Amino acid sequence: MSIDTGDRAGTTTATSAAHAGRAESRQWTARMRRAAESAFPPDQLLPDRQPAYMASWIYVFGVLTVVSLAWVIITGCILAIMGPSWWHVSSTGHFVNSLHLWSVEAFFFFMVIHLWGKFFMAAWRGNRRLTWATGVISFLVSVAAAFTGYVSQTNFDSQWISTQAKDGINSTGAGAVFNVLNFGQMLMWHIVLLPIGVAIIAGLHVLLVRRRGIVPPFADTAHDTDGDVAPAVAPTVAPPAGEPA
Amino acid sequence: MVLATLLGALINLNGNGRYIHWGFIQLSYANFAVIVLMIIVFVLAIILPFPRRKGGDR
Repeated sequence: MSIDTGDRAGTTTATSAAHAGRAESRQWTARMRRAAESAFPPDQLLPDRQPAYMASWIYVFGVLTVVSLAWVIITGCILAIMGPSWWHVSSTGHFVNSLHLWSVEAFFFFMVIHLWGKFFMAAWRGNRRLTWATGVISFLVSVAAAFTGYVSQTNFDSQWISTQAKDGINSTGAGAVFNVLNFGQMLMWHIVLLPIGVAIIAGLHVLLVRRRGIVPPFADTAHDTDGDVAPAVAPTVAPPAGEPA
Repeated sequence: MVLATLLGALINLNGNGRYIHWGFIQLSYANFAVIVLMIIVFVLAIILPFPRRKGGDR
């Protein structure tokens, strides 16, 4: 990595030359920066206007799923800090434990409605196959995360679930490396590996939604820009009240 | 607390779970209720109009 040794109190020419040098740099940091700027321009990453067809309740379930996931992670971090002796005994622990459970319920509730909506819209249209695929993978990894959570509760319920599940999982052969009766292994999967997987895949899914844009209704397909950029359809929803249109 | 007591009186969650049996399908009433609720919310999300701001450039 080169170091800019230009005179800090130097001339405009020196500064321009330094900028030009940065722009043409072939260092991996510069190339990665240019690729990121090209793939996700700031106005596309955090847009303040959306196509008019987005003004439908069916389009809110994706963000509701993300909000639920945030609550799952927040309450899960609190449970991890305090531990089972807290969430099993104290009233506050019971509350946070229940909040964690109901956040998961809301997460799957909204995610399945989101999935139904996108399925019937054929949301993979317009070069959005990867957006759809990451959503499917995210759903499957979330199921595994929820399952390992159920067997990590350290109560009779988790004992029952794990002893019932072992036969099914052993029948697939996965039991050789994924032992549902091994509490330590299940807990590590639940609080380390699978949350990382869900967060990365869901994050990629959201970035792809920003990159490809939300899928238009079938009637508006002619206006779609084939998903290469966010669809700049002429009719757009106005920005929030108080902001210039 | 009052709401929880009322709900507890309406829906007893202390007993054994009750299940629906349709051939090889076995489904608890609780999960069936959640699925029905999801279908209702899905239909409402499609048919209910989304609030629009008056005078917007839509």
